[in-house]
Amino acid sequence: MSTFGNNILLALAWVFLTGSVTLGGLLSGFVIGYGALWLIQPLTGSSQYFRRVIAWIKLVVLFLYELALSSLEVARDILTPGQTARPAIIEVPLDVQTDAGILLVTNLISLTPGTLSLDVSDDRKTLLVHAMFADDPEALRATLKSGMERWVIDAVEGT
Amino acid sequence: MSDAITSVLILLGGVFGVLGAVGLLRMPDVLIRMHASTKIGTLACGLIVIAAAVHFGSADITIRAVAILLFLLLTAPIAAHMIGRAAVSTGVALWNTRQPPSTTPRPKETR
Repeated sequence: MSTFGNNILLALAWVFLTGSVTLGGLLSGFVIGYGALWLIQPLTGSSQYFRRVIAWIKLVVLFLYELALSSLEVARDILTPGQTARPAIIEVPLDVQTDAGILLVTNLISLTPGTLSLDVSDDRKTLLVHAMFADDPEALRATLKSGMERWVIDAVEGT
Repeated sequence: MSDAITSVLILLGGVFGVLGAVGLLRMPDVLIRMHASTKIGTLACGLIVIAAAVHFGSADITIRAVAILLFLLLTAPIAAHMIGRAAVSTGVALWNTRQPPSTTPRPKETR
């Protein structure tokens, strides 16, 4: 967390020194600060931070891609005559433990193709998911676990 | 150039908005309707907000647009989640499913 704080400080310093208080200036300051912190890593000791920033970027990009994809898929189902959906409610075991992680996973599942999260069990071990095309629940479970949940674990819990 | 990007984004957003509304009318059951309203609604709003940010191009508008997007991404799935959960726990039957009702997992009422 302190590495992240340092990075933000460097970004702010960059913005004030270049005198362009814009989002682009802040972003380039952040990138340059990230590079600088990465370079002095031998002095400060290595940190999970660098891998987690990459994991967050990956999470955001893949998520936007999945959101666009899922909208196209649902749009196709709306426009074509007849209904092809074959819904089912399936249980997905959860490996994320933190509250933030569970929130992210459930939100991501709701916003990605053909799945909608319904409920988390009281012991936080299983997630109920409504799937629109659930001909093969096992395969669906595997994609959710290796996709969304993997990315969130990499970004939030960073091990 | 930025005019062209703005127009394309607004048009796309509008098209997706209409599609989401049509989906609400056409979809066969409550849960599938939630699919249409969550995903497509979020994408439509997002595209239009991004179009506004591109059009004005100033820092304060962009920051506000980013904030709107974040809140949208946080809240839309939660609303869908609550509605869907209420529907399933009151025992709404699934449309055209292969899953027999006895094996369908349902949320337990705790409160």
